[in-house]
Amino acid sequence: MVEFRYRADEVTEQPSVTLDAFLDQSNATAVRLEPDDDARALIPFLDRLTLIEVAFPKYRDGRGYSAARILREAGYQGELRAQGDVLVDQIAFMRRCGFDSFAPESSLNPDAVARALDNYDHAYQGAADSVVPIWKLRHG
Amino acid sequence: MYKYDNYDQAMVDARVAEFRDQITRRIAGDMTEDQFKPLRLMNGLYLQLHAYMLRVAIPYGTLDSRQMRMLAHIARKYDRDYGHFTTRQNIQYNWIKLEDCADILEELATVEMHAIQTSGNCIRNISSDQYAGAAADEVTDPRPWAELLRQWSTFHPEFSYLPRKFKIAVIAASEDRAAMRLHDIGLELIRQDGALGARVFVGGGMGRTPMIAPEINPFVKADDLLSYLEACLRVYNRYGRRDNMYKARIKILIHEIGADEYRRQVAAEFAHVKTLGIDPPLAELERITAFFAAPAYDAPDVEPDRNDPDFAVWLDQNVKPHKQAGYAIVNISLKPIGGIPGDATSQQIDVMADLAEKYSFDELRVTHAQNIVLPYVAKRDLYAVWQALRDAELADANLDLISDIIACPGLDYCSLANARSIPVAQKIATRFADMDRQRDLGELKLKISGCINACGHHHAGHIGILGVDKKGVENYQLTFGGSGAEDVSIGKIIGPGFDEDGVVDAVEKATEVYKALRQGDERFLDTYRRVGLAPFKEAIYG
Amino acid sequence: MKLLTGNDLGSGAVTWWTGNGWSIHVEDAADVGEHGEATLLAEEGARRVNAPYIIDALPTEDGPRPAHIKDRIRALGPTVRTDLTLKPADPAAGDWII
Ligand code: HEM
Ligand code: SF4
Repeated sequence: MVEFRYRADEVTEQPSVTLDAFLDQSNATAVRLEPDDDARALIPFLDRLTLIEVAFPKYRDGRGYSAARILREAGYQGELRAQGDVLVDQIAFMRRCGFDSFAPESSLNPDAVARALDNYDHAYQGAADSVVPIWKLRHG
Repeated sequence: MYKYDNYDQAMVDARVAEFRDQITRRIAGDMTEDQFKPLRLMNGLYLQLHAYMLRVAIPYGTLDSRQMRMLAHIARKYDRDYGHFTTRQNIQYNWIKLEDCADILEELATVEMHAIQTSGNCIRNISSDQYAGAAADEVTDPRPWAELLRQWSTFHPEFSYLPRKFKIAVIAASEDRAAMRLHDIGLELIRQDGALGARVFVGGGMGRTPMIAPEINPFVKADDLLSYLEACLRVYNRYGRRDNMYKARIKILIHEIGADEYRRQVAAEFAHVKTLGIDPPLAELERITAFFAAPAYDAPDVEPDRNDPDFAVWLDQNVKPHKQAGYAIVNISLKPIGGIPGDATSQQIDVMADLAEKYSFDELRVTHAQNIVLPYVAKRDLYAVWQALRDAELADANLDLISDIIACPGLDYCSLANARSIPVAQKIATRFADMDRQRDLGELKLKISGCINACGHHHAGHIGILGVDKKGVENYQLTFGGSGAEDVSIGKIIGPGFDEDGVVDAVEKATEVYKALRQGDERFLDTYRRVGLAPFKEAIYG
Repeated sequence: MKLLTGNDLGSGAVTWWTGNGWSIHVEDAADVGEHGEATLLAEEGARRVNAPYIIDALPTEDGPRPAHIKDRIRALGPTVRTDLTLKPADPAAGDWII
């Protein structure tokens, strides 16, 4: 279930299909990527996707962070959802990599999530969000 | 030295607040140990045999007297009056309470220090040449580059849950004093057509499958470096193995797909990443470089008086040439005969801080051999420095000799250990306590690890010792022929293992073979490489 | 015999299950027999111990002696710093470990 969503548009109710099913000719507008899937396979179709769900079966498996950035770097504008073993202390990094909705397996405390997202005013490096990296602030 | 600006300080302060919150949630039961563990690890907090262990970062091994005094203060107030300097240029405290941890980090933050990413599957503390800025053979000072990398890698959102830990070293001299090619990424700064850039080596490491990093790119321009590294890391994050913790380091990926294929994938990723504008302008490197400007040298070029024979021995062994006339690099050995390699008491740490403040333009370095360096000592002050060190029992003149042993904490402290390392180091140093005998043996790098993880760099030892568990009894394997320097190589196991006393005897026999066979000024390593294992084996097992 | 051991969550100190609580002295450790696992889960859940596990030990006159050297070092302290062990005044304490 989507617990946190940082987008203004309507939630897509369409169930997401696997990458294989999607590539196998599907008209689906929602896809689910497993850690093994190559996010780049979706690049030709980004325009017609409204939801890409990235699975985190174990929070320690960080492949989804790269998948998210690759999709955003390719111009994907739709909803990018992290689903699975998503924990409070991962959400800030996930936001920076371009995720804008979260469906954690076990429910998170909204205050803790708000605190985690609010903790750092700046970041050292550019990523997939709009945060201006510190080096840029330093050099105007 | 680098000084934090408001941004840097805010990052570290925010981290302390965040970790304080996480600790509170853990103690209150809002988080399981399984969830808390990666968070505490990213703050350098391990659970070890006797207590929590806190690893504090000393970025590229450089610190000033104020920071050094803070390390002594932490040892005194929160630990048991000593600290352990490690092969990754950090310091570890062995008796930390979880409840104190946030306070410790808060105190560290007041002197621009932290424990960020000193553990966990993220980019770890960047290590470098302990003689940076003082060495005559450097192309440039590598520390500004290391600082640039420190900032880039701090809280990197994409690379904080890598398949495994990730260690980067930066050097800028032909002599490799940082075991650069035994890192996940090793950078050697070079000049090409007048411009500075980096030779990039990827996929080195120790642990259970030691590997020497192959060159992946002969020259990456300064203003492409972060994009290039980002590409290197992204390929690893996506394709590094996650099915088996022991095969998860980048060296295994590169070994499996080959350096050429890895290079190709990185090049493709780089072509894309470079378009994202994530490289800071050269002005940022220049801003950082300004902090590392040469100190205000003013000493006359005088040679110290060698009348005191003990002082003269120390001069010859522990003092190295400096790029500035009139100055020298002083190595402080943390390897007293029979002592614990790398340990220093709070009082000794304070003494070293005082000496740095008074005689070394307020700077110290930690070396990967677990020693301390005063990088800028005027030659006219060397005798005074030596006297102060001697009074603090810090004047052992054994740099790079057989008693200058690297040893990991081993089974005395480490929960992963198979055998104790420190007692073996103590016995070997004691066996060779006679300094004339040690000096006669010359440079001989002996390194001990208490298990296959190789924190004690045994693979890179001219003589390496690896502790193993033989049906519940400590046992030690010997390896010969390793090197972590520019002549990098990985040692080979010479035969069946030994018990604690047996391994000390075997080392002694090996040194006798060396003495009998050496030619000219060959080191142990050179002789071994020339004659091979057979004569050593014969003497040890024959 | 079997012992239940772990570290105190807050202080990190090595602790031993005594049958009705935790002690830093291995001498106080109780044989948990077949019930170790249940106690382990309950105590860990209640956060009265961190990273608990069950070990083999031998009963002796001086109390239980863990079968593995690692747990004997945990029970006493580092062999290279006897001053920091639980028995700093007893120079022979280390012999118990080896
Ligand atoms: C006492 C707590 C420590 C623990 C639990 C620990 C754990 C480990 C582990 C698991 C590895 C192997 C990683 C791998 O092969 O993937 C490793 C490697 C290493 N550790 Fe430690 N270590 C500890 C202390 C130290 C200390 C005290 C030092 C420095 C003296 C150190 C420096 C290193 C180095 C240089 C490596 C080799 C890096 C490589 O594999 O390339 N560690 N450590
Ligand atoms: S080599 Fe093994 S015993 Fe030594 S510190 Fe590393 S993990 Fe512990």
